[in-house]
Amino acid sequence: MPIFIDRRLNPKDKSLGNRQRFLKRAREELKRNIRDKVRAGRIAEVDQEHAVPMPRKGTSEPVFSDARDSGRRQHILPGNRTYISGDLIPKPGLGGMGSSSPGNSESEDDFRFVLSREEVLDLFFEDLELPDLVKLSLKQILTFKPKRAGFAASGSPTNINVGRTMRNSHGRRIALRRPKQAQLDAIARQLAMLEAQPPNAARRERIAALREEFDLMERRRRRIAYVDPVDIRFNRFDPQPQPNASAVMFCLMDVSGSMGEREKDLAKRFFVLLHLFLTRRYERTDIVFIRHTHEAQEVDEQTFFYHTQSGGTVVSTALEEMHRIIERRYPATEWNIYAAQASDGDNFATDSERCIELLGGKLMRLCQYFAYVEIIDERESHIFGSTENGTSLWRAYSAIEQKWPNFQMRRIAAPADIYPVFRQLFARQPAMRVSA
Amino acid sequence: MASQTGKSGLLFSGSDWDFKKLSRVYDEIEAIAIDQLHLDTYPVQMEVISSEQMLDAYSSVGMPLMYRHWSFGKHFLHNEFLYRKGGRGLAYELVINSNPCIVYLMEENTMALQALVTAHAALGHNHFFKNNHLFRQWTDAAGILSYLDFAKGYIARCEERHGPAAVEAVLDSAHALMDQGVFRYHRPPKLSSEQQREGLRERLEYEERSYNDLWRTLPPAQGTDKAKAGEEGLAERKKSLSLPEENLLYFLEKNSLVLEPWQREVLRIVRVIAQYFYPQRQTQVMNEGCATFVHYTLMNMLFDRGRINEGAMLEILRNHSNVIFQPSFDDPRFSGINPYALGLDMMQDIQRIATEPTAEDRDWFPDIAGRGDWLETLLDAWANHRDESFIRQYLSPTLIRKWRLFVLADGSDRPHYEVASIHNERGYKKIRAALAQNYDLGANRPDIQVVDVDLLGDRHLRLQHKVKDGIILENESRDATLRHIRSLWGYEVSLAAVDAETGATLGERWTKDC
Repeated sequence: MPIFIDRRLNPKDKSLGNRQRFLKRAREELKRNIRDKVRAGRIAEVDQEHAVPMPRKGTSEPVFSDARDSGRRQHILPGNRTYISGDLIPKPGLGGMGSSSPGNSESEDDFRFVLSREEVLDLFFEDLELPDLVKLSLKQILTFKPKRAGFAASGSPTNINVGRTMRNSHGRRIALRRPKQAQLDAIARQLAMLEAQPPNAARRERIAALREEFDLMERRRRRIAYVDPVDIRFNRFDPQPQPNASAVMFCLMDVSGSMGEREKDLAKRFFVLLHLFLTRRYERTDIVFIRHTHEAQEVDEQTFFYHTQSGGTVVSTALEEMHRIIERRYPATEWNIYAAQASDGDNFATDSERCIELLGGKLMRLCQYFAYVEIIDERESHIFGSTENGTSLWRAYSAIEQKWPNFQMRRIAAPADIYPVFRQLFARQPAMRVSA
Repeated sequence: MASQTGKSGLLFSGSDWDFKKLSRVYDEIEAIAIDQLHLDTYPVQMEVISSEQMLDAYSSVGMPLMYRHWSFGKHFLHNEFLYRKGGRGLAYELVINSNPCIVYLMEENTMALQALVTAHAALGHNHFFKNNHLFRQWTDAAGILSYLDFAKGYIARCEERHGPAAVEAVLDSAHALMDQGVFRYHRPPKLSSEQQREGLRERLEYEERSYNDLWRTLPPAQGTDKAKAGEEGLAERKKSLSLPEENLLYFLEKNSLVLEPWQREVLRIVRVIAQYFYPQRQTQVMNEGCATFVHYTLMNMLFDRGRINEGAMLEILRNHSNVIFQPSFDDPRFSGINPYALGLDMMQDIQRIATEPTAEDRDWFPDIAGRGDWLETLLDAWANHRDESFIRQYLSPTLIRKWRLFVLADGSDRPHYEVASIHNERGYKKIRAALAQNYDLGANRPDIQVVDVDLLGDRHLRLQHKVKDGIILENESRDATLRHIRSLWGYEVSLAAVDAETGATLGERWTKDC
């Protein structure tokens, strides 16, 4: 008889390590792929699985192989019906005969495969330079906190509730009348006493009776365990979701001609990151897109990122629009309001005052958080890096930043500059724990 | 066994399987196989696995254990893609040439299918692995699993010590040379390193003892000009390195000047695994043919004895005919010759020749025609042949006619294919020779050898590609592979293409140019 082994319950992902190695090897290409996807897709869609084409660079496995278009070969084929020796058959086009040599015509590299959500986020985070803890909490789907919820008959040994277990054991021992050690000891003492005295018939009988009782008790004790598996109780924990509410995220962007492809790309990644953060913390996240030139309007995502509009730049119109939408649809008592604004800093000269007034007067009171990024040229970054001088909007917002701790602003020239804008946001989070 | 058949009827009914049924079926099949077919097998270990685990096994070249490398991840993704898209089903079983012989059974199989694959893998393949001379000579069935375990552990330790990137680089290069990492004709030199060192020491000692300064003062002999000295040096050099050497991995492992000991060990691991698989690649037709012949014969015997019912037999036959389906060349489903079909047909043909030969068979196979004992002939063929020799020996005109085989000559410089031979009196021998040639792995792989290296000079490694029938190497992969060789060798490498017939050099490629 052969040996049978049931392997079905063995862990499945035996080649997971190989997969990781492979992804690492193709990292650059996959990253570019994901970046293109982020650029082309919707903000809320970053956070899921993505199918990507097989990377080509760095993943070929060369071997010495024959050039197909050289030399003389002989193919042996079955199913000849009409040919006789000497027949000439014209070669079909350059592709070679479909039924030629056993080489495989279809390339192994030509297919798409699916990256898991985690892998996608890993690639997305790559050059944002997020701290590891933040990455972890962003990848987490929901936060749970274990909460005591009574007792259970099964569980892990670390969760045994000793008091409850012993109470059950005690009750069971009484109910089943398990002899106590003291009773046994008493009989043993009596026996010893009787045996010490000179024997007679009555005593002998008495000793025999005691012996029998002693044996009976001992058997009983053996059979009725002191602590039986049925007694054991475990502390039960219920994973309790952290209290979550709804959040709305306002994306404000200047769409005048000065915002080019690069600027919009950076802005988009800034919005994606905020959105990721919000979807982790809140059960429901809405996104509102407001674009503005000299006038502001709420638009859908497609329009927001891909349509340009000509016109001047009056930032306050966007803030006014945002305020109007909050009043109409997102009462601050029910919604956590987050806002992210991206701009190249241009503003109509006299409008900055109005912005300060709007923000300081109304909006900052309603918002949990307001993040402003000014997208600058990489060449300018070292000039503007530290100085407080800057565009009119920058100067105006600086005043707000000093007054309101939940206002953050930053100049960004590269993806790595984005995260510091949110640093405070992520730092403020209480340490999250995942329940197993 | 007769008593068993007497008292009980069916081995199983219904499509669900359980371990009891599997065991009962195995015992029955094994008894018949030993009794009627005289099979001789390793003990069997059957493992039931799920489809995900089958995919895992696919990506690690079918072995239960394998070291980690990104290319396996890539293959896994590819297999998974094909499977999920429905482009390709998974095998019903997988069998490993080990002792005990491990057979994977898929959990989705019905009981009838489990019986079929038990006969196919646990007996057919198993017998072939144990008895074929290539496997006996070249593979160590008892040791392969522990060797793979060692290899996996060793490479993991190397990764810990030297970093995954360094190990990956060596493995990449070694994998590129896997095809050139086997000994095709001779065994590696047997000397263990200790014996080797001992021998070297003894030789030096002898030279010291017999040294006489007088010899140095002798005038050089007449006619020893420089060219000849150079030639002698070359011959000496080649002899000391036992050049030419066809096993590039072996050569690099032993002679590379830049490799660390652990890197040599990694090359050795890849080489050992390549060598382990080499017999399987040389005996595809025979191996599958043997297993298919065995399962077909055994299942029919079971049915004849009333041990399996008609429903099960019908399912078995349907699967059997799917496996041996051979479309003809103009069918869109055609993708080369199906080794299962060719193997089974040839073996059944041998059975026919032995029992009811025609006059033609008597001409072609005087030693086996009509001898009646077909099993003896088959057992002998399974033990002593590989695909190439098996076809060369046993492909009969009857079968060539049945398959309507023809040879198509394909010259890359010609606008036409030419039908060279068809299934007629003039063609039989040519078709047989051409088909056998196509299964000769040694002749079909690019023949690349190390021909010279001057270890004391510029350490330039010279490789030679013997160009047969004008078939040259594909440029891009050749350059990439050469770069891999260079990284293992550490110095300049060049590959000269030499025509095998005329000896004319067709071109030389240097790593500094690619």
